[in-house]
Amino acid sequence: MPENSVSADLQTESDKMVEWTDFERNTIQDIFSRIEYDVVGPAALARCLVVYPWTQRYFGGFGNLYNAAAIKGNPMVSKHGTTILNGLERAVKNMDDITNTYAELSVLHSEKLHVDPDNFKLLADCLTIVVAAQLGNEFTGEVQAAFQKFLAVVVSALGRQYR
Amino acid sequence: MTSLTAKDKQTVKAFWAKVSGKSEDIGAAAVARMLVVYPQTKTYFSHWQDQSPHSAAARKHGITVMMGVGDAVTKIDDLKEGLKELSELHAFTLRVDPGNFKILSHNILVVMAIMFPTDFTPDVHVSLDKFLAAVSLALAEKYR
Repeated sequence: MPENSVSADLQTESDKMVEWTDFERNTIQDIFSRIEYDVVGPAALARCLVVYPWTQRYFGGFGNLYNAAAIKGNPMVSKHGTTILNGLERAVKNMDDITNTYAELSVLHSEKLHVDPDNFKLLADCLTIVVAAQLGNEFTGEVQAAFQKFLAVVVSALGRQYR
Repeated sequence: MTSLTAKDKQTVKAFWAKVSGKSEDIGAAAVARMLVVYPQTKTYFSHWQDQSPHSAAARKHGITVMMGVGDAVTKIDDLKEGLKELSELHAFTLRVDPGNFKILSHNILVVMAIMFPTDFTPDVHVSLDKFLAAVSLALAEKYR
């Protein structure tokens, strides 16, 4: 039970299709065309490791995560943050089939990486905060709603193959 | 969840000193955002003639909420005692489901990120998140 996150919980049943309005589609494409993956990714991951320090459990091989400055300057954190954003782009390009797009990644996170799927929501919240800071007043309530919906679908797809 | 360390309290007080001048705008923006992003929260405001996020009533409510947050900063050493009356208000009169405190807290954090992008560092974020969680807990104290 994720006590910390408020990203929307989406129930996915096998035939339930996510429906996107034009506004939502355009908003997601627009956000991802504007943000720099190698800025936002590292910032979001670093923030997650600081704000929810138990997430550091998955990064034992990353070296110095001792404090916020160390995390921010850690090249492995930066690299992984960028990797995550590139991974998100796959969902951006396949908004009507995110569940299948992420089937393999879901298996990877479950069977190989053993990541508790509740953590995905924590990272999603940090991504929201970082994108908000980047876009400023353009990150309106409506844009936030679309972004959080997108991330909720991603989070749900990543957790789908867990068993 | 976890109690506030001395560092958390210091961080919160310092950040609040920086931002409290804009507390009305912060509150109004957070409530407006909450009403848009989490439409189920509108159910608590069915008595407002104008339910739109930027209505005078919504702004006024945002101001009220942020005044409460500012007050909580001054009572940071004993939130349970300090927010006792506010808790009674929320428990017996308003009866807001405590899950919504988390929702509003999240939107306060988003607004902080937008309005104070350089000051709202990860260290400030974690302390403020903990503080708002502690305030939420204190507000829920009298519920049952």
